[in-house]
Amino acid sequence: MPIREDVLVVGGGMAGATAALSAARTGASVRLVSYRKPTFRQASGLVDLLGYVPERTDGDTSGDVEGGTDGSGSDTGGRSSGPVANPYDALSVLPDDHPYSVVGDDAVREAFDLFDEVAGDLYVGSHTDANALLPTHGGTVKPTARYPVSAAAGVASDDRSMLLVGFEGLTDFDAPLAAQHLRAAGVPFDVEGVQVRFPIRFRADAKVTRYARALDRDEEAARRRLVSRLEDHVESSGAERVGFPALLGDEQPATVREDLADRLGVDVFEVPMGPPSLPGMRLEDRLYAALDEAGVRMTTGNPVVDYEGEETDEDAGSVRINAVLVDHKNNRVPYHAEQFVLATGGLVGKGITSSRERVMEPVFDCYVPHSEDRYDWSRADAFGDHPFARFGVVPDGELRPTTADGEAQFENLRAAGGVLGGADFAAEKSGSGVSLATGHVAGRTAGESV
Amino acid sequence: MTTAPTVLVLGGGSTGCGVARDLAMRGFDVTLVEKGNLTHGTTGRMHGLLHSGGRYAVSDKASARECIQENRVLRRIASHCVELTGGLFVQKAEDDDAYFEEKLQGCRDCGIPAEVLSGREAREMEPYLAKDVKRAIRVPDGAVDPFRLCVANAASAEEHGARVETHSEVTDVLVEDGEVVGVEVEHKSGSGPRVHGKPGETEELYADHVVNATGAWAGQVGDLAGVDVEVRPSKGVMVVMNSRQVDTVVNRCRPKGDADIIVPHETACILGTTDEEVEDPEDYPEEGWEVDLMIDTLSELVPMLKDARTIRSFWGVRPLYEPPGTGTTDPTDITRDFFLLDHGERDDLPGMTSIVGGKFTTYRLMAEKISDHVCELFGVDADCRTADEPLPGSEDAAVLDDYMDAFGLRSPIGRRSSQRLGSKAESVLGDWQGPNPVVCNCEAVTRAEFADALSDSGTDLNAARLRTRASMGNCQGAFCCSRMAAELYPNYDEPVVREAYDELYAERWKGERHALWGEQLSQAMLKYALHATTMNADGDPARLDDPVDYAAFDAGPDAVDVDAGEGGDTGRTDATADGGRPIRDEAGEEVDDADS
Repeated sequence: MPIREDVLVVGGGMAGATAALSAARTGASVRLVSYRKPTFRQASGLVDLLGYVPERTDGDTSGDVEGGTDGSGSDTGGRSSGPVANPYDALSVLPDDHPYSVVGDDAVREAFDLFDEVAGDLYVGSHTDANALLPTHGGTVKPTARYPVSAAAGVASDDRSMLLVGFEGLTDFDAPLAAQHLRAAGVPFDVEGVQVRFPIRFRADAKVTRYARALDRDEEAARRRLVSRLEDHVESSGAERVGFPALLGDEQPATVREDLADRLGVDVFEVPMGPPSLPGMRLEDRLYAALDEAGVRMTTGNPVVDYEGEETDEDAGSVRINAVLVDHKNNRVPYHAEQFVLATGGLVGKGITSSRERVMEPVFDCYVPHSEDRYDWSRADAFGDHPFARFGVVPDGELRPTTADGEAQFENLRAAGGVLGGADFAAEKSGSGVSLATGHVAGRTAGESV
Repeated sequence: MTTAPTVLVLGGGSTGCGVARDLAMRGFDVTLVEKGNLTHGTTGRMHGLLHSGGRYAVSDKASARECIQENRVLRRIASHCVELTGGLFVQKAEDDDAYFEEKLQGCRDCGIPAEVLSGREAREMEPYLAKDVKRAIRVPDGAVDPFRLCVANAASAEEHGARVETHSEVTDVLVEDGEVVGVEVEHKSGSGPRVHGKPGETEELYADHVVNATGAWAGQVGDLAGVDVEVRPSKGVMVVMNSRQVDTVVNRCRPKGDADIIVPHETACILGTTDEEVEDPEDYPEEGWEVDLMIDTLSELVPMLKDARTIRSFWGVRPLYEPPGTGTTDPTDITRDFFLLDHGERDDLPGMTSIVGGKFTTYRLMAEKISDHVCELFGVDADCRTADEPLPGSEDAAVLDDYMDAFGLRSPIGRRSSQRLGSKAESVLGDWQGPNPVVCNCEAVTRAEFADALSDSGTDLNAARLRTRASMGNCQGAFCCSRMAAELYPNYDEPVVREAYDELYAERWKGERHALWGEQLSQAMLKYALHATTMNADGDPARLDDPVDYAAFDAGPDAVDVDAGEGGDTGRTDATADGGRPIRDEAGEEVDDADS
């Protein structure tokens, strides 16, 4: 019997998972097909909505146009203006082709409500519309809308004094350096940093997951011994909260955090880190548990390589997708559905790919606007207004990818998340929010169209 | 007490460092000045081929003989900088038989060991060669790390009493009574306002003789002295691939042309090159068609290059020279020989000698010749010892054998680190106190090795990069730029660390832009996301002028409890009324903030 669902979602990241959930809530039967590991482990675990409204240098300018260097005083370009305190206020100034503008403010709120419901006690931030500023492992602060409960005591608008703790062998977080950087960023609290040796000797380049597991299992009384190394520092600094790199437990993060907090007598929090990101992986687990609970069927580890479609109206050139073809050991297996959602990610997730000549969407060959000259895809400033960061398919009002003429390419395909163009999530700090909002709308409308 | 003659060497490339070493070993009091880092000019921007001489065996037999001689010398004195990859001159079906025979005979005439391989044998050695390869000539080409070699020469010069001043640009040549007596230099701090010495100060350096070894820049120094040095800078592109598609140097066996060599280098391969005359050695166009030409032409030889991943491209300028009146139009035809210009004889301006032309493989021989000349000028009778005494790091090849357990490093890391450090491995890795994690994963650079590089290069992370290869691998600094910068702390304060990071990040981006498609564009987006999204390096309040109004942001769900000391679960939603910055619409008009 062929595989057949009401809604089939291609891609298992934040956008795909959200689309599958929202589709399932309409009562549709849903399958999620994913290939590569989603990018959660590469993301910090912060769920951003909109942190900045970067100025665009639009038009067919050459690649050597200077990006926004005003006031940055650095070699890399960078943003010229500060963080947005209330992201909902800032949505209105985004350009019309921005995915947030396409789905509208209400959809953004609904999507975050859905996230709050799914994330439950794992995340904080739903008590306010305002962005929070969280310390980063690079020592600065970053605006975000939802943050892991494990990071909550680190918010930078809280004026309690802070001690940051780093581990000598962990090159991604130097706590005294981060503390000095936070002071340069003007945070409203006293902050000190200290580097200590982790109580257990690992190989010199052990991964954060190794530290996390040792704390989970309290190997060799690691927690007590860690605390005993820190007590004097906490006391002499007078810190009311203590931050660690995000490795406080893999499977038992709450237990580890509470145990350390109890022993130290102060709040304990994690500073989000780059890959492999434990907060990102915890979020992935939570989302996948919710998908399971919602009855979403999953196929993982196999790529969607092609599709079967048929023309439904020759004059209008409408095409309807009947099935996507999933590669199982070189056999192309058709997965049928009424409605499809494309959520394969952007350049990082390879939902968008490129050659020297062109930029493309590899599964459905959707139209991806780009300059013919690849030197126009980027700017000379490292943090300039890079067109490549906004590469992606162009949606119509229902999030259906359009052709170069602006017509929906397929009747029953919607796109969500990084595969959509028009948003520079890195500059805007909008990645998770765009995935949530467009995933929610694409999934819901797909489900309702069945 | 006798006073040794003083010599000023201008230029910290391979020639300048080689001259400084040679003269210092012969007892001169040497000062070397370089406007940027060591290798800042052409030496740092080449494909790293250690010539066997095969490339010149038809067109320029004298150069070919010098190459094979120096090839053998460098394998002996600089073993930790050289990889004996071997090389092939590959003939495809359409390539001329007569030229192949000429090449073979030329190699034999010049004493270059040369062996003919059938197409099948060649493909057994290099499986990715095109199927229609007809035959090949095997020669002892190799790969050499120009940074390591240059730094080792400078270190040796310092051991023999020389003073080496980097980031010191010659701003004038001092002429008194018709004779060059020294130069004026301006001490800079590199390209960022950081800590390398005494930025902004000028210094007049006097010497008994000045050696102008500034390569493609020799004409500019000549101008300062009022003499014409007719250097004809010629640019060439080098395209860096993500892995070693070949393990042997692969040359196309045909008379001349662009895009005819692939050099395996450490973890990468470098495709080269073009030959185009430019006006200014520091300001010339770097063009996409040159990158395309490398990939398209060399994939005729190694087809998989067509779709392989390139990680960046860079350009270098050759310091070509030909005597006035020669009038060669095509830079490819200009001789690769070197010329020693004694400005006393040539221009009636004693006190300065320029050395121009030449090539990297014979840098030591050029240095020997010019040192002989300086000795002759001063009546000094001292033999050249640079061909016999190993460079620092290559004194004792045995240390490379027991790298693994000795330094507690896993084998690939230990092996590569030890190879880079050579005989310094024991002191750098063995004496390291504390954890020694990997700072750069792609190139397997540990904290101890990086710290050793920083002890030479101060806050200039690009200089430390050249010494270690940190951030030069596939990820192009995505994971390691911030780690490398953090290694400066606590010897330097946070603002210095931040600027050093920004400068390194910008430098990496410059070359990476030439490889932005396919896998590397994906990698570049990940790098952008890690630095902008995860770290917020682009929106960092510490880097921006406007202070952030922290009170306008969420202080956490329990903030009311903390601040007011009273109960309540409403949170602090009113804190959002005043934005951290005014919202502007696209036209730049201020929009009223809506009260929440």
